[in-house]
Amino acid sequence: MARFKKNGKKELPEINNSSMSDIIFMFLFFFMVITTMRESDAAVKFTAPHATEYQKLEKKSSIATIYMGAPKRDGIPAIDEKVSIQLNDKFASTRAEIMRRDVSDFIKGERESCANKGKDPNTITYSLKIDQEVQMRYVNILKQELRENNALKINYATKKDKKNEK
Amino acid sequence: MSRKMPSLNTSSSADISFLLLTFFLLTSSITNEQGIPRLLPKISNQEKQQQEDIRERNILTILVNKNDDVLINKTQILKKEDIATKLKDIAKEFLANPRNADNLPEKTVKQIDGLGTFAVSKGVISLTNDNSTTFATYILVQNELQKAVNELRDETSLNYFGQKYEKLAPEEKKAIQEAIPINISEATSK
Repeated sequence: MARFKKNGKKELPEINNSSMSDIIFMFLFFFMVITTMRESDAAVKFTAPHATEYQKLEKKSSIATIYMGAPKRDGIPAIDEKVSIQLNDKFASTRAEIMRRDVSDFIKGERESCANKGKDPNTITYSLKIDQEVQMRYVNILKQELRENNALKINYATKKDKKNEK
Repeated sequence: MSRKMPSLNTSSSADISFLLLTFFLLTSSITNEQGIPRLLPKISNQEKQQQEDIRERNILTILVNKNDDVLINKTQILKKEDIATKLKDIAKEFLANPRNADNLPEKTVKQIDGLGTFAVSKGVISLTNDNSTTFATYILVQNELQKAVNELRDETSLNYFGQKYEKLAPEEKKAIQEAIPINISEATSK
């Protein structure tokens, strides 16, 4: 029976954890593939209106985002203290003429940077993330400005409507 | 003589990859962008001219007022709650004109690749908003109009290709798009 006798010293065997990093690396690659880099954080309150007939937006590379909604914190310029316009990560000024110029400068800048990459500027989609409470008078200004700058492809961001789902 | 390699202590590499993982989790987003795509009309000088040319029976005027109620063709009033249930059918009947009624839009017979001759409706939906209309109602109306168009497209594509519009090949989709166009004209609000 001496064969099964253990040594006096009892030591736990070391756990081999070299494969643990492999597993986590796998997680990492998984997340890198399925996600896209966040380009801008919304600094305005934005709750998308519900819709059933939405389509998925493809070609994430050529999207310019315009947010519109009530400001989340103080110090953000807002029209009538209610509505702010966020262009990717900048804010448009509140005074009517300057705001129009800001928006049109933004569109021109987007088109230029798109042309520099060798793509057609007309393929840019403008994703309008507008809060459902915003009144149409502000949306109309934005739309008019988009039209005047020949930026015609737009997308109204909406949320899935769970109640009326087919 | 074989010598044993000293084992590397790799326990910290798991920590490093954890750090990278959290970094990517924080800086990226999985939200897929979805919404109602629209093409804005180009600005042209002949805009007014064109609008006058359209006959009255070919226009469905939709007016959304500041209380989010809808006025259709200056006669029919839809309350806010009824938009989701009734507007789609009105728009659908207007665009399809199934019984070729006199007060609904005319059709032009067109030759479309993949479909043959098809009677394309000349109907235009004219959408006008009040300045104080909320964006939610605007999207609701747009959504209902889109739904009307989508249902018509589905019906046509079931007739011709035997499957729904979503599942068609790109060139077939193009043919259906030509057969049932989205004609929404948005006047500047008053």
